[in-house]
Amino acid sequence: MAVETTTRAKLRWGLLDVLVVVFALVPVLWIASLSFKTPATLTDGNFIPREWTLDNYRTIFDTDQFVRALVNSIGIALIATLIAVVLGAMAAYAISRLDFPGKKLLVGVSLLIAMFPQVSLVSPLFEIERQLKIFDTWLGLILPYITFALPLAIYTLSAFFKQIPWDLEKAAKMDGATQGQAFRRVIAPLAAPGLFTTAILVFIFCWNDFLFAISLTSTERSRTVPAALSFFTGASQFEDPTGAICAAAVVITVPIILFVLFFQRRIVSGLTSGAVKG
Amino acid sequence: MADIVLDKVSKSFPDGTVAVQDVDLEIADGEFVILVGPSGCGKSTTLNMIAGLEDISSGELRIAGQRVNDKAPRDRDIAMVFQSYALYPNMTVRENMAFPLRLAKLDKETIDRKVDEAAKVLELTSLLDRKPANLSGGQRQRVAMGRAIVRQPKAFLMDEPLSNLDAKLRVQMRTVVSRLQKQLGTTTVYVTHDQTEAMTLGDRVVIMRGGAVQQVGPPQELYDHPKNLFVAGFIGSPSMNFLHAAVQDGELHTALGKVPIGDRVRRELESADAPRELILGIRPEHFEDAELVDDDTRRRGMEFEAPVDIVESMGSDKYVYFTVEGEKASAAELEELAADAGAADFAGAGGNLVTRLSAESGVAEGQSRRVWFNLEKIHLFDPANGRNLTLHEGRAAGALAD
Repeated sequence: MAVETTTRAKLRWGLLDVLVVVFALVPVLWIASLSFKTPATLTDGNFIPREWTLDNYRTIFDTDQFVRALVNSIGIALIATLIAVVLGAMAAYAISRLDFPGKKLLVGVSLLIAMFPQVSLVSPLFEIERQLKIFDTWLGLILPYITFALPLAIYTLSAFFKQIPWDLEKAAKMDGATQGQAFRRVIAPLAAPGLFTTAILVFIFCWNDFLFAISLTSTERSRTVPAALSFFTGASQFEDPTGAICAAAVVITVPIILFVLFFQRRIVSGLTSGAVKG
Repeated sequence: MADIVLDKVSKSFPDGTVAVQDVDLEIADGEFVILVGPSGCGKSTTLNMIAGLEDISSGELRIAGQRVNDKAPRDRDIAMVFQSYALYPNMTVRENMAFPLRLAKLDKETIDRKVDEAAKVLELTSLLDRKPANLSGGQRQRVAMGRAIVRQPKAFLMDEPLSNLDAKLRVQMRTVVSRLQKQLGTTTVYVTHDQTEAMTLGDRVVIMRGGAVQQVGPPQELYDHPKNLFVAGFIGSPSMNFLHAAVQDGELHTALGKVPIGDRVRRELESADAPRELILGIRPEHFEDAELVDDDTRRRGMEFEAPVDIVESMGSDKYVYFTVEGEKASAAELEELAADAGAADFAGAGGNLVTRLSAESGVAEGQSRRVWFNLEKIHLFDPANGRNLTLHEGRAAGALAD
C-alpha cells in the first residue's frame, strides 16, 4: 500500500516536473531549432528542422556588427558587475554590521531605486548623457547598469553577510587582526558564495538589458547584443533575418550558461557550518 | 601574564540604558575570577570591555598597570574563548590555532612548534587536519581553547565557554579548564550564568545584578555570608528557602512558628527606620529530621511540623519538599531570581520548603513530619533593599547572636 502511494506520488510529481520544464524550454528550443533552418524551411512549422544548416551562424559571425556588439556586451557587463559587486559588498557589510545614522534611509532609498520604473527614466537619461557627452559610450551604459544593479547587490549581499556569525569577526580581532585583516581573511572567504551569486545575478541583469541598450546607444561603438539584434537585416533589405536573429540569440545565451556553470561550483552551501555552536 | 584592574568602569548606551555601573575590581596576576549573574546583568558587557570589543563609557581599565581604554583588542594581548567557539570554518584545526600566530608574524617553525604543543595539552593532535564542521561539540570547544592558549597571552577571557556542551561533557570540561588554568597560571576572567560553574571554578566570584557588582569573594564566603538577598538566592542549589517574617514583640512570626531573635538583631530592629517585615532565609542543608537530632544540637535550633509533599532520594541525602502555610516572601530580588530560573509564574516560593535531610531519615510522602532547623544559620533580609541584617563585619551569625 505504502509503496503504491509513493510510486503514484512519484509519477504525479514527475509529470508535473516535465510539464513545467516543457513550458519553460519550448520557446528556447524553438529558437534553437529556427537557427538551424534554411530560409526556405523557416515557416514549415516543423519543430525539428528537415534541412540542417549552419549558414545562419556563419552569417552573423561574418558581419562585423554582431561581433562588435558581442565585445561591447561582454565588456560592459563585466565592468558593471565588478563595480556593482565591490560597491554592493561594502554597503552590505556596513548595513549588516554597523548601526549608523541614516541606515534605514539608505536601505529605503536603494529599495526605491529598485522599484523605480526604468522606462520613465530613459528620456531624462538620454538628455543627461547627451549633455555630458557620454551618450553612445561604454560608460553611458555602465553607469545606469551599476545604479540599477546596486540595490539587488546590496540586498543579496547583506543577506549573506548577516548569516556570517559576528563572533567570527570578534574572534579575529581578539586573535590580533585589524579590521581589514578580519574582513579579508575571515569574512570575505565565507562570503564568497554570496559574492558569486550576486555577481551572476548582476551580470545577467546587465547582459539581458534591452531598454537602456537601445535608448542610450546609436552606433556600433557601444551597442550591445540585445540592441544590435533588433538592427539585424538579412544580406539584402528584402531578405528575412529571422534565422540570423535566432542564431544570435542562441549565441548570446551561451556565455550566460557558461558563467552560471562556472560560478555554480563556487556556490557551496553550508560553507559556514562548524563555525559556531556544538 | 598580568593583573587587570577595573576602576569605576561603566557602560551606557546612546539610548540611555546603563549596562554596567561603576564596577571596581582588582584581578591579581594568575587569578581565576568568575563573573556570574542572571542574563542581562552586565557580565558579558564587562568582559567585552576588558577584551576591547566594546567601548568603555567611563572609568579606567588597566592591564599590567597600563591604561588600555583606547587600545584595540589586538594591542591588549589577551585571548578570548567565545560561547559559540567562533572557529573559522574555512580553516583546519591547525590553521585555526595558528591564525593568531600568523597574524603576529612568527616564523613557520615556531608556529608549528607552538601549535603542536598546545594541541598536545588539549589532546587535539589527531584532529589537526580536520575542519571544524567535522568535529564534535567538545572537540570544537577544545580547539577554541587551543586558539586562546597558543600565543601565551597576558590574560584569558572566557564567555560562557561550556554552556553549549551537554551536561556530562560540561562537568568534564570544567575540570579541564580548571587544570589548564592552574598549569598555565594565566590571569583568567570567566563569565557564566551557572552558579555551579562559578562555585567550582573560581578563586573568587563576582556576582552581578543589573550592571552592578553585588558581592566579590571566594565561593565559600559568598555561600556562607551573603551580603544581600540576591546573592543568597543566586548561590546554592537547591537555592535558599525564603519565608515571610513579621516582627512582633521581639519575635519573628513565620510559617515555621515563632522564631526568637538575639540582642544584636533586636538592636538593629529597634531603630526608627527598621523594617517591620523581614525575609527569613535558610538553606536546605540546615534542616534535619527531628528524630535524628541529638539534644546538644537540638538546643541550637527549633522545630516545626509540616506535611511532606515530595521526597527525592539522592542516595547520600534526601531532598524533602514540605508545604507550609503562611504569607509568601516577596521582594524585587526574589522575583528577578524566579524569572531567571524560568519559574516566575509558577514557583510557590512561599508555600514550598526545600530541605536536605539525612539519608537515614524515614520520611515518607503524604505524612506529617517534625523537622528541626538551625537558628545559627538563619539569615534575615530587609525586603526593601535586600540587605542581610544578620551580617556583622562580613560574617553571618544567625538570628540568635548577642
